[in-house]
Amino acid sequence: MYQLRRFATRHARAYEMVYNASSPIILATLTVFNKLFGSKLDAPVTWFEKQVKGALFDCKMCGNCVLSSTGMTCPMNCPKTIRNGPCGGVRANGNCEVKPEMKCVWVDAWSGSQKMKHAQEIELIQFAPNHQHKGSSAWIRLAKEGGTNRATKSVSKAEV
Amino acid sequence: MNAQASQHPPVDNLGSPLPEAVGHVSQGRFERVLRQGHFVVTSEIAPPDSADADQVYERAALFDGVCDAINATDGSGANCHMSSVAVCALLSHVGYSPILQISCRDKNRIAIQGDVLGAAAMGVCNVLALSGDDVSAGDHPEAKPVFDLDSISLLTTIRTMRDESRFLSGRKLDKAPKVFAGSTINPFVPPIENRVRQLQKKVAAGAEFIQTQYCFDLPVLRDMMRRSVDMGLTEKAFILAGVGTLASANTARWLRTNVPGVHIPDELIQRLEGAENQKAEGQKICVELMQQCKEIEGISGVHVMAYRQEKYVAEMVRQSGVLDGRQVWAPGY
Ligand code: SF4
Repeated sequence: MYQLRRFATRHARAYEMVYNASSPIILATLTVFNKLFGSKLDAPVTWFEKQVKGALFDCKMCGNCVLSSTGMTCPMNCPKTIRNGPCGGVRANGNCEVKPEMKCVWVDAWSGSQKMKHAQEIELIQFAPNHQHKGSSAWIRLAKEGGTNRATKSVSKAEV
Repeated sequence: MNAQASQHPPVDNLGSPLPEAVGHVSQGRFERVLRQGHFVVTSEIAPPDSADADQVYERAALFDGVCDAINATDGSGANCHMSSVAVCALLSHVGYSPILQISCRDKNRIAIQGDVLGAAAMGVCNVLALSGDDVSAGDHPEAKPVFDLDSISLLTTIRTMRDESRFLSGRKLDKAPKVFAGSTINPFVPPIENRVRQLQKKVAAGAEFIQTQYCFDLPVLRDMMRRSVDMGLTEKAFILAGVGTLASANTARWLRTNVPGVHIPDELIQRLEGAENQKAEGQKICVELMQQCKEIEGISGVHVMAYRQEKYVAEMVRQSGVLDGRQVWAPGY
């Protein structure tokens, strides 16, 4: 869903608002689910997250979601899965060095982020994802850990 | 040791490691020369397609007397060559100051941390963190790309090992790798506006030196450097501008179409085209670029990339005068 993904980047501000408004609701619901049913609903929730975020953002279910700090652009679509991009190989037309027909994910991410209220979040260092989380639901993890969806949590020590 | 080994240059006490110095993170000459405020020159070795150590020494010898440090590329262009760790170990052994390039393409965090320790144990004092070209660019396109880390995560990893004396897992190191950490930037590709932020991020992640992609478009470089100076980035990291020599207008055109991230302005290609001797003109351009980079505020040195033209590097550096007559260490000197 390349077109939808790029639409999200162009309308990053609106997506951010929807995302910020819906995230607490989703997380609260999942927290309740977790209390009531334990892990029984994990599989359907994961399936649901995959469908929604897959359609909207080409989400790859890395399980370490950083969408809100990467201009609503999923960095796992970068062929090098760079989490702090772009790399130095971006083509003059802004397309990817590896996939010449695709806009560089990070060119989109930067332009998306500049439209967002929390524009400076893209400047935070995102350490490489935890591979054990691949394929699992980022929502459930956040609900269970009682975390927020803001990326500030993953700022590395080196930044301080 | 066989007779061949005796051809290696003699081990020289003036080489690395140097005595520890206050405020220095490594015991390498590269960091020392930079912190002394000299304008430095680095270049790079294309590791041989061979198991012969002498080829490494022959290639390094071309830079004797003009290069403060030598980068050993890590499967550059995703092509297979001798490993950068091995090249750096061989060079360190005779006193050179190599820069170990680590690409995230071929190794995961387990292998990379092992390499950093091993390299430091063999005397390597400088590490350059790269994301790396995709496997599709090289001679083994069927290989599995790793990309477990990216260059910024790799910088964080190196700094964690060095400064906190532990692996990413938290497990303690008996001796931390005292390496000077660096990375690269490309000021010339989109999103150009945000490239200085990318530099800022690399510095925040722990880069202490930066080597740039080829700089053929100096107005763009000057603009980025002005912003870097304003943001205070040049106080935290030494920036080396990448310069190169173009063998002909055709080579220049080929480079900019086929090598990701290489930006060469049309005027430069026209200048080459109009020259009687294109090769000589390409070298003249390189000399001028070095001289001009030296005048830009915030630039601490140049990194000369002269793939297959390595034998001209020494002469070009001498002609440019950027070393100000400084005698650069070489084996036996
Ligand atoms: S050009 Fe952009 S999308 Fe392509 S590999 Fe580099 S950072 Fe990733």
